[in-house]
Amino acid sequence: MEDLEQKQALALLSGDEAVAMAAFDSGVTLGTGYPGTPSTEILETFETLGGKAQWSPNEKVAMEVAIGVAFSGARALVTMKHVGLNVAADPLFTVAYIRLDGALIIVSADDPGMASSQNEQDNRRYALAAGVPMLEPSDSQEAYEFTLRAIEISERWQVPVLLRMTTRVCHSKTIVRRGTLTIPPPHEAHFEHDFPSRVMIPAYAKPAHRRLRKTLAEIAVWNDEAGPNELIKGLSSLGIITSGIAFQHVREAAPEASVLKLGMTYPLPLERMRAFAASVERCIVIEEGDPYLVEAARTAGIAVEGKPEMYRFGELNSARVRRILDGDTSPEAKPVPGKPPALCPGCPHRSVYTVLKDLGCIVAGDIGCYSLGVLPPFQAMDSLVCMGAAIGVGLGLRHSLPPEEAKRVVSVLGDSTFVHSGITGLVEMVYNPPESGHVLVILDNGTTAMTGMQEHPGTGRTLDHAKTGKVVFEDLARSLGVRNVHVIDPAQELGKFQELIQTCLDKKELSVVIARRDCLLAARSIREYERCNEQQAN
Amino acid sequence: MNSKPTNVVIAGLGGQGVIKASDILAEVAFSSGLDVKKSELHGMSQRGGSVSSDVRFGERVFSPMVPEGEADFLVVIAPDQVQVNAAALRQGGILIEPSLIDESSLSNKKSINVALLGVLSRHLPFPVEAWTDALGRNLPEKLHDANLQAFSIGRAVGETLKQTTGKER
Repeated sequence: MEDLEQKQALALLSGDEAVAMAAFDSGVTLGTGYPGTPSTEILETFETLGGKAQWSPNEKVAMEVAIGVAFSGARALVTMKHVGLNVAADPLFTVAYIRLDGALIIVSADDPGMASSQNEQDNRRYALAAGVPMLEPSDSQEAYEFTLRAIEISERWQVPVLLRMTTRVCHSKTIVRRGTLTIPPPHEAHFEHDFPSRVMIPAYAKPAHRRLRKTLAEIAVWNDEAGPNELIKGLSSLGIITSGIAFQHVREAAPEASVLKLGMTYPLPLERMRAFAASVERCIVIEEGDPYLVEAARTAGIAVEGKPEMYRFGELNSARVRRILDGDTSPEAKPVPGKPPALCPGCPHRSVYTVLKDLGCIVAGDIGCYSLGVLPPFQAMDSLVCMGAAIGVGLGLRHSLPPEEAKRVVSVLGDSTFVHSGITGLVEMVYNPPESGHVLVILDNGTTAMTGMQEHPGTGRTLDHAKTGKVVFEDLARSLGVRNVHVIDPAQELGKFQELIQTCLDKKELSVVIARRDCLLAARSIREYERCNEQQAN
Repeated sequence: MNSKPTNVVIAGLGGQGVIKASDILAEVAFSSGLDVKKSELHGMSQRGGSVSSDVRFGERVFSPMVPEGEADFLVVIAPDQVQVNAAALRQGGILIEPSLIDESSLSNKKSINVALLGVLSRHLPFPVEAWTDALGRNLPEKLHDANLQAFSIGRAVGETLKQTTGKER
């Protein structure tokens, strides 16, 4: 009894924490992922609660490990930020065809407004493109319940389910009542051969695709009849179709309106939407990001109003929803600019950028704290595309620029980013070396600093900081055939570092320079983890 | 429709304890049985840039974001962030800024965020125990004394401030 009371107790949780709690309560066997704002806290919380969670080198691997778990009949959770799903898109599109034995829940944490991202892609498009059912929570209570529902749906129809969250759902804290929903216990993990279901050679993939479309049609019928959608009856003069965080803004901006709130946004409950639109005089779709719902409604012949194009950009809020309802397209007030972020005083990246700037380098950069090298006082990073792109982009510049410029090109990326998607770039560098050679600088600060100090395969510690196998970058580079491999502390030996980069630039060879010094903010914790691990070993 | 929620915006620079302060406030409101939502943006803001956090509480809260110009209270921890966040405050709303606190009176200068919560606490209907409990739960034990001291200094300042501005609420 006490246990039940405790389980139903209220807590003030972020959406990320609520997903973790639901995963724990439903017996998820393994949580995998790669850190990425705003998704990172899901696995960290899951581990703290007592679940088994792992950081993978990148989202594709995380997804593949999770797929294996689901093949065994167990429950898997894989988490990533929106751009992470691009990396994991390859397995996503094919696992959709596969008949799963267990549950596969894929969390995509989108970042409309780009609080901490390089683009604001709307991953609802992925559900449609891959044919993967999708749920969209609008607060932490729904994050909790929709995670459980996602597991139920995944097991009932043997399909992966996309749990699409956004920054304001992931990071807002709202009240959660635990234990409001119970789902059946997980299956026992076991293996049976089932070649046509899991081996996607064309002969088996062709019927599998047809099966997927049939399943999606069944789910659409279920979503119309019993899906997690909510009708709020209000004025018959104004009806709003909405989903996710936009629902909360709508309720605040237009409390009198009738609202059809969609919890499952793929496959859509089109008949409910049609009936709702017919029941009100004016039916408008309020959604953050792309015109995903409005396009789907119109394709189905449902007459709805959408938002003006200017509201595609950035986050919505209650004031913007009011403007949309009023048809107001006058320019919006620009917020007073705040203080931009900067590299911490004493950050080892500072030394690196000082040197690269002094030497007049053309810097193909990457994603992490060190992206701040583009801002004053350094202004020493010339490109940022996606995780790992520094190497390929740097090589492309070397291949095409005139010799005087080509020899100044340097690729710069962080340790976690290198493991994530820089290794194949390094292979490319060895395989297709530019005539002028190339210089790759790995900024190894011993942690995934940008997202809040997560471990990665280069630290030799697992998500919970225990000792494990370690990828040694200098050994890896040498084993691939790079002859000039150097390890140096750029802050301690600034002069030497400058000389080294100059020497490498002057050679028409391939060089890998590992600028190694622990992140200032992480150094103390790293020493503590190492000490604990050493004690345990003794 | 339910009565409007109370809106608080806490702002400052990364590393000043903006998020910690909003966590404490949200927990106090939560422990008092109100609906609460709290929202901020993480990420780049951790690197010393501007940070702000919205806390809303009342009978029922929908959007987790305080609409611009509707904050009842604006608590700013860094003096140079007042201007940046001024638009958050509603007409007649109360600005709580670091100049209200004599920094030299704090046994730990980093407790300025908690001192400003002390000022805020005088304007809100929550018992002082709810605040001290939340402080205890959210801060490491070795910092409890310094923060309780900062809180009471702020609370005393808040009392004076309330007498001068109280009629506006």
